[in-house]
Amino acid sequence: MSDVLSVTELRKEYGDTVAVDGVSFEVGRNEIVGLLGPNGAGKTTTINMILGVVQPSSGGIRIEGMDLAAHRSQALERTNFAAVYSPLPGNLTVFQNLRIFGLIYGVDDLPKRIEELLEQFDLKPFRDVKCGVLSSGEQTRAALAKAMLNRPHLLLLDEPTASLDPSVARDIRSRIRTYVTQGTGGVLWTSHNMYEVQDVCDRVLFVSHGKILLQGNPKTLPGEHGKATLEELFITVAQQPLTLEGAGA
Amino acid sequence: MKGLRRVAAIVLRHFYLLRGSPARLLPLFAWVAVDILLWGFITRYLNTVTTSGLNFVPTLLGAVLLWDFFTRIMHGVAAAFFEDVWARNFLNIFATPLSISQYLSGLVITSIATSLIGLIVMLVLATTVFGLSFLTYGLMFFPFLLVLFLFGISLGIFGCALVLRLGPASEWLVWPVPALLSPFAGVFYPLSTLPLWMQWISSLLPPSYVFEGMRRIVAGGAVSGSSLAGAAALAVVYIFLACRYFASVYHHAQRTGLIARYSAETLS
Repeated sequence: MSDVLSVTELRKEYGDTVAVDGVSFEVGRNEIVGLLGPNGAGKTTTINMILGVVQPSSGGIRIEGMDLAAHRSQALERTNFAAVYSPLPGNLTVFQNLRIFGLIYGVDDLPKRIEELLEQFDLKPFRDVKCGVLSSGEQTRAALAKAMLNRPHLLLLDEPTASLDPSVARDIRSRIRTYVTQGTGGVLWTSHNMYEVQDVCDRVLFVSHGKILLQGNPKTLPGEHGKATLEELFITVAQQPLTLEGAGA
Repeated sequence: MKGLRRVAAIVLRHFYLLRGSPARLLPLFAWVAVDILLWGFITRYLNTVTTSGLNFVPTLLGAVLLWDFFTRIMHGVAAAFFEDVWARNFLNIFATPLSISQYLSGLVITSIATSLIGLIVMLVLATTVFGLSFLTYGLMFFPFLLVLFLFGISLGIFGCALVLRLGPASEWLVWPVPALLSPFAGVFYPLSTLPLWMQWISSLLPPSYVFEGMRRIVAGGAVSGSSLAGAAALAVVYIFLACRYFASVYHHAQRTGLIARYSAETLS
């Protein structure tokens, strides 16, 4: 079976600034890939290009073999996302938001799917509560429920646990892990929490200045580069990317 | 089928918002009702103080009703779009399989539904309280509404594109557009009253044909069907141009990455 996501020589320029500089990577089925890097490294721009809201300057994106530029709707039907900076509209209830996005994504037997997700993400008590008055943890769970509506083959998560306490964050990680192992989808996950990345990701890509500097297994990668922890490796990528350039990309 | 469900989702979103918010529901009929009352009494007063024998009800009150309908249509499209601006919902909406045409169709259907509420309230008030008879206009009332509807849609979509291009703060440029056009549309006076340069602009505005036609009917004349058909065709061209403009602004926002980080100060 083909990869769920295949990114080839993806590049994005804003005037003279190069935000993403020719990155290529894949996300396989049943795989969680971490996209790591300091602020401004190009992670969110990469995710936004995969979501079709930012147009690449060059390069290609294929979702389950489908060219995103040529088959946007079909490709995005199999994709979904949750991002800490993009909560669901606060003036609608959890149920209303799920119903609206369920219709947009063309979810079959939507009422049943919504009830399943309300149950799965412990949102039943908040079914008819406006999202704007939920706590940040509850809002994140609602956003994740929306992200799971269409049982996406490609799930993009941009710092999904950033505003959560450790207990809720662990719970969310476990649900996503279960989703990936039980289904056929893959996940591209960004996070600044290296403990989380080591816990959940099968593979990580370190990005700096728009380029992939390193990639590999988050459990073994630090040792391969003479670092004790993933966090140490992250700090090196952020502060001294030149010492790692060409090391493993 | 999927396309229809997506359009329905946009309409449903606005139905939920209206249902849960008296602050959104009330303006659908309150301001137009106030307008009809105000102008109804003005026309009643004018009928008593003028000796010309001219009945101001079908000319002035009818004009107010038609103009308010046009304004509601335009504002209906724009307000439905602004809900996504105010809720910072662009990323959620535009990172889905929804196409631009499905999104715009949803906004237009929402506007039809909300404007009909205002139209019904205006018709009831104008006929029952002030005796405005739509028999005066005959069957031409429907083409009048159609032309105003089409032009309202085109301006609404243009307004959305403008706000997408210039940023949320520019919504204040969009709300007063009908008021800016009204002197040129000849809502309350014949176009011959205007200087030539204004008449030239009027000829590009479909509503000007409607109001000229309305006055002609009230004066006992006939409306040229070809002139109204021309106005409708012009409005359809404007809709096409407005959609093209929206698509072009959307693609510009995709290229510059502004859809993903849309806020009041980032777009200028």
